[in-house]
Amino acid sequence: MNNNTNPLARKDTTAIVRAGLQRRYAAEKRFKWYGLTAISIALLAVVLLFADILIKGLPTFWQTDIRLEIDFAPQIIDPDGRRNPDDLSLADYSALWKKSLRQLFPEVESREELRSLYALISSGSSLQLRDRVMANPALIGVTQNVDLLADDTVDTFFKGGVDRELPEAQRPLKDDQIAWLDKLKAEGKMETRFNTGFFTNGDSREAEQAGIGGALVGSIFTLLITLSLSFPIGVAAAIYLEEFAPYNRWTDIIEVNINNLAAVPSIVFGLLGLAVFINFMHLPRSAPLVGGLVLALMNLPIMIIASRAALKSVPPSIREAALGMGASKLQMVAHHVLPLAMPGMLTGSILAMAHALGESAPLLMIGMIAFIVDIPTSPFKPATVLPVQIYLWSTLPERAFVQRTSAAIILLLLFLAVMNATAIILRKRLERRW
Amino acid sequence: MNTTATTINSATHQGTLIVAQAEAPLKTGPRVIDYNDRRTVGDITVPDPKMVCRDVNVYYGENHAIKTVSIDIGNRQVTSLIGPSGCGKSTFLRCLNRMNDTIPGCRVTGEITIDKENIYDKNLDVVQLRARVGMVFQKPNPFPKSIFENIAYGPHIHGLAANKRELGELVETCLIKAGLWEEVKDRLEEAGTGLSGGQQQRLCIARAISVNPEVILMDEPCSALDPIATARIEELMDELRENYAIVIVTHSMQQAARVSQRTAYFHLGDLIEVGDTEQIFTNPQHRLTEDYITGRFG
Repeated sequence: MNNNTNPLARKDTTAIVRAGLQRRYAAEKRFKWYGLTAISIALLAVVLLFADILIKGLPTFWQTDIRLEIDFAPQIIDPDGRRNPDDLSLADYSALWKKSLRQLFPEVESREELRSLYALISSGSSLQLRDRVMANPALIGVTQNVDLLADDTVDTFFKGGVDRELPEAQRPLKDDQIAWLDKLKAEGKMETRFNTGFFTNGDSREAEQAGIGGALVGSIFTLLITLSLSFPIGVAAAIYLEEFAPYNRWTDIIEVNINNLAAVPSIVFGLLGLAVFINFMHLPRSAPLVGGLVLALMNLPIMIIASRAALKSVPPSIREAALGMGASKLQMVAHHVLPLAMPGMLTGSILAMAHALGESAPLLMIGMIAFIVDIPTSPFKPATVLPVQIYLWSTLPERAFVQRTSAAIILLLLFLAVMNATAIILRKRLERRW
Repeated sequence: MNTTATTINSATHQGTLIVAQAEAPLKTGPRVIDYNDRRTVGDITVPDPKMVCRDVNVYYGENHAIKTVSIDIGNRQVTSLIGPSGCGKSTFLRCLNRMNDTIPGCRVTGEITIDKENIYDKNLDVVQLRARVGMVFQKPNPFPKSIFENIAYGPHIHGLAANKRELGELVETCLIKAGLWEEVKDRLEEAGTGLSGGQQQRLCIARAISVNPEVILMDEPCSALDPIATARIEELMDELRENYAIVIVTHSMQQAARVSQRTAYFHLGDLIEVGDTEQIFTNPQHRLTEDYITGRFG
């Protein structure tokens, strides 16, 4: 090599490289620390969020009961003794537990005091007793110990949510109420049990009776309709666009529009649902059917894009092999491409469904935000969904509703985690290597 | 020599090339044709043609990929297509079973017949054509299914096997013909993708012959294989040519010389020279052919 023409030959290249090494290593180390810091901050945020939700929400899964000796007196429930179900259902059951309470605290006499004594028991207790009698009329005339729902303030008090040291005016429970409760507790009449009602009840104005059941069923109906519409349509559209459609201006326009639709804010789909499904087609308001339709529309572009990506990831060599064997295009797709793309499609659709499960904005537009006590029995009945229920409860001031909000969030997150885990397991299971 | 070149050049510019070709077809002769002459040198016909291609043009959109190529594919022999990268030999090969149909924007003109039947005829079914003209690809591409299913797929979709036993026999025959039986007979249920590269390519050959084709097209079948696997495939081609017409695209001139009886040299979409393999490699007529086989470019 000619020393005059190569400028590097005049320098000690090894020394120059070595001098630069320090800087390079330092940069790499710095970069590593940036990454670690970012991950730590993210993890910390997640831990804080979960800890907050768990601490607030977990008490909801236990419920305080007050055990009272109820005398199912025939003269109150069924004065004329005909055991007519209509008469039985109209009886004043509150008289039963009020009487029982009065017997426990004979010293309470004034009207005002009695009112605060009765406030310890949930107003739903009357219904609880009625259901019991309706189910078994033989109870009439019997005296029995019954666990009655405590009022939500009592429940909160026993979970440590009420500070005894506060001045009486700032407490939801008055001094005499606390004294009565302490007495009940000392007599072993207060009990905490697993709150099954939270899962089986519909919404209620009374926090202790409010449950997630209605929203849960509503969410399941909605998602079933969304899935059964958007999966087949999305997959079929993706297969057509990816494998069969000619490349021309029309398919270009369709592709651009699908990508644009995927970015449309979800509330717009709600407006569309309101205009088309409710105002034009007159489908029932607040129904999971309409919610499912709206979410299916919202999910379709995402589903199509995910399915097309899955189809694109199938190597062209497999297509060539099938076509080279004389398979028709449909056979090529059905026998070779689709089985290989299926895991990707399933993953995509489960993630899209998880997205739909957490969606609330479009459902507000079609009336799924209504206060609905009954658990829906079909997709045509009014219902609400988990995220909307969370929103509804979050606006209420009672401590028990704050706890229920967090408990509902826990359930929603649990559902999302299960769906995502299913997606991962399916992908791992069905994935084939070539 | 220089004078000849100039004459032909000017003829080209005046647009009288076709007349010249018609009047004086450039067949064998002890002369070396100059670079700028893109007429096909050598005898394009064979006594017993399986496929006949006349004036085949292929366009990818605006790109003229194959320019008026005419050649016969002989029965029971190996025809190799050679040439530098991008010369159109693979494109031409894929015309023979209409695999180019799958490429958007690809247009084929001219006439290609198999046993005097035009394969670009509107009434001809492309599914049936591909059953008659099988194909083996550059990269081994077995289906991600079992070895058995790989071979059984073709007979299954065309309904060639009457029952399970017949299908089993067919699979065995194909694997024996492809020289793979001894290696896989105990693990037919295992994934075809789990085999070595050479075995996979033989599996693809077995798959190609499973529908009893008349012609087998091979697009650089050995370029992804090691020398031992390559030797095994070449041996196989030699056995297979007793029953099939084989067309192979290869980048290796040694391979073309070893396995084929006839060789066609492509250059930038033109078929430059065609002839017996021995003649092409020992006595090329065209400058371009000579340069290529002597390794001056490629």
